[in-house]
Amino acid sequence: MSVMDQQSGMFNVQQTVGSVLCCKCGVPMPPNAANMCVNCLRSEVDITEGLQKSIQIFYCPECGCYLQPPKTWIKAQWESKELLTFCIKRLKNLNKVKLKNAEFVWTEPHSKRIKVKITVQAEVLNGAVLEQSYPVEYTVRDNLCESCSRFQANPDQWVASVQLRQHVSHRRTFFYLEQLILRHDAASRAIRITQVDQGIDFFFGNKSHANSFVEFLRKVVPIEYRQDQQLVSHDVKSSLYNYKYTYSVKICPVCREDLVCLPSKVASGLGNLGPLVVCTKVSDNITLLDPRTLRCAFLDARQYWRSGFRSALTSRQLVKYFVFDVEAPVGEATVGGQKYALSYVQIARESDIGKMFYVQTHLGHILKPGDQALGYDIYGANVNDNEMEKYRLSVKNGLPEAILIKKCYDEQRERKQRKTRNWKIKSLPMEMDDSRGGRADPEKTDKEYEEFLRDLEENPELRFNISLYKNKEYQASETGSMTDGEGAPTVPIEELLADLDLSEDEEEEDMDE
Amino acid sequence: MATRHHYDNNNCDIGVFSKLTNAYCLVSATTSSTNFFTGFESKLKGVIPIVMTSIDSTGTIGSLCVGNKNGLLLSHTVTDQELQHIRDSLPDQVVVQRIEEPLCALGNAIACNDYVALVHPRLEKDTEEIITDVLGVEVYRQTIANNELVGSYCALSNKGGLVHPDTNVEEMDELANLLQVPLVAGTVNRGSKVISAGLIVNDWTAFCGSDTTAIELSVVNSIFKLNESQPDFVVSEMRKPLIDTYV
Repeated sequence: MSVMDQQSGMFNVQQTVGSVLCCKCGVPMPPNAANMCVNCLRSEVDITEGLQKSIQIFYCPECGCYLQPPKTWIKAQWESKELLTFCIKRLKNLNKVKLKNAEFVWTEPHSKRIKVKITVQAEVLNGAVLEQSYPVEYTVRDNLCESCSRFQANPDQWVASVQLRQHVSHRRTFFYLEQLILRHDAASRAIRITQVDQGIDFFFGNKSHANSFVEFLRKVVPIEYRQDQQLVSHDVKSSLYNYKYTYSVKICPVCREDLVCLPSKVASGLGNLGPLVVCTKVSDNITLLDPRTLRCAFLDARQYWRSGFRSALTSRQLVKYFVFDVEAPVGEATVGGQKYALSYVQIARESDIGKMFYVQTHLGHILKPGDQALGYDIYGANVNDNEMEKYRLSVKNGLPEAILIKKCYDEQRERKQRKTRNWKIKSLPMEMDDSRGGRADPEKTDKEYEEFLRDLEENPELRFNISLYKNKEYQASETGSMTDGEGAPTVPIEELLADLDLSEDEEEEDMDE
Repeated sequence: MATRHHYDNNNCDIGVFSKLTNAYCLVSATTSSTNFFTGFESKLKGVIPIVMTSIDSTGTIGSLCVGNKNGLLLSHTVTDQELQHIRDSLPDQVVVQRIEEPLCALGNAIACNDYVALVHPRLEKDTEEIITDVLGVEVYRQTIANNELVGSYCALSNKGGLVHPDTNVEEMDELANLLQVPLVAGTVNRGSKVISAGLIVNDWTAFCGSDTTAIELSVVNSIFKLNESQPDFVVSEMRKPLIDTYV
């Protein structure tokens, strides 16, 4: 008697299930829909009839993929969930019965057989539900997949290449771009990546892969590109043409922290901005800031390439200044989340302390007397820029003697004397191409890379799109505790990602085997 | 002994097309061949009258009538001609009557032997009285395994009864108490629950649908005590004391 019946106080007759004889073998059993015992029912009807018991599947031994007809190759591990799904999907007629369970039966991996025990349910004879399990044998046949066979024939067989170039003297942009590509996994389908002078070449097996990569680039940097194709072979009869495609992609040569003297046309187009402006940010558009008025302007790729101006002075020509006096800010502005304050400062070059300059700067909010700052020495520089010359002649008062770009943390950094960072970044697997006169100077590259890492530390905006990983080798030193308030900026630990590192474990497994 | 039998074209629901009691046997007249009739004839000829008839020109006479050795009740659909034919063919002591009952499939709604009848719970009050009078039985409103069609789901004789396989033990006890005969839950026609469609039975013989398995047949034989109840066995059984007394 159930609890509910007891509560309601109703009288209920106890019900005992009787037993009947199985109509085939005479075994006593509880009555069911067919009134046959399970064994007899099984011998009577085979619900696995018409289901496939053995089937052939194709496996690419090069990349470990299984062929999902007609053309898809699915990567799956031996006895993995994915492989089981794939195996079940390959069975025909399985929709006629209800699949209850499926599991692998162990087979020798080199036997080229996969066995799956499948349990199905189906309705038989006046609604009796019968469950039955049966093994399915998959014969694994080796068959190279299209891309592998292509690779086997000639590993260099690329169809489309993207030649990414920036015509500047440093590789900073590419360091940043490399991180962006890694973060978005944009070049995962590249067959080969080669580092060349002033750029990187990406090779793809498919035109559409190259296309999507260029689209990605267009979203992150101001680029201009053209596509060319070269006929490799063609079949007149069936009108098939086989091309190699090349995308020539040019990144705008104006980089962050560059000083630009805008051509008068562009300057008037931007409401008489500048024309001496600092590029503060380069993403899919360029942010230009006039350090003397704190006005700013944005140029998208199309607007930029219409005039195609170049920078007058680049970050390599930055000079170190000592700041002697900072006056109270006369104006403030926030551009793209970054705060700037306009003030007058008294500075002198590190190399010639005797000569003092009294200039305007947009860094009034961070500079203090006694600081060091980096800036462009227009007074002493030999600027080789037509626009700058024109501008110099047109203004009465002459050009500003110096334009400060950023605060310099060299001093603090030296004081800390820290070699390793608590974070690291990944890098693309790039080949070096020395054939085309690539003057690879490892020392210069290292220095530039170090500068790039410093930039990342100092500029949270730059870090925003980049994955930083925890550095396991880094040990928090005692010096970390003696930070005075004005330390060099570091990356907060919250921003770091734990790196999934499988390589070591795999190596160990290999050794065990 | 129970015999396997089938209607036209291997239809094993013989109970639908025939009715067997201790005093007479009705056989459907709508069959295309005489095999169905001769099957009964081979067993029953000379013992009880076998009547070929139809009810309202249909052959499903087993479902449309109910009877025992005392009487026969026919559904209101039966024509006068058919009623007259049946009356003429049956022995005089068997009362044949037509009843006005909305549940006209009397064979499905009523199960009876010569002493007790189980009827559909929603049968008319008048019908119940007629059953008592004509068939000379006590009437009980019952269900079998939650089915109201008690006539379909059981087969009764004066010796025993076979009921729906899902009947639980308590219900079977209750039914056995009412009927005063042993009961067993079982199946006919290879697992079919519709007992009376696959089995017709009286006190000394039974006919099953041709799909009935040997196991089912042996259940039928043992519960209806058919092994010892051959006509000659009964006669010899009766003769013994007779001869004893006479000699």
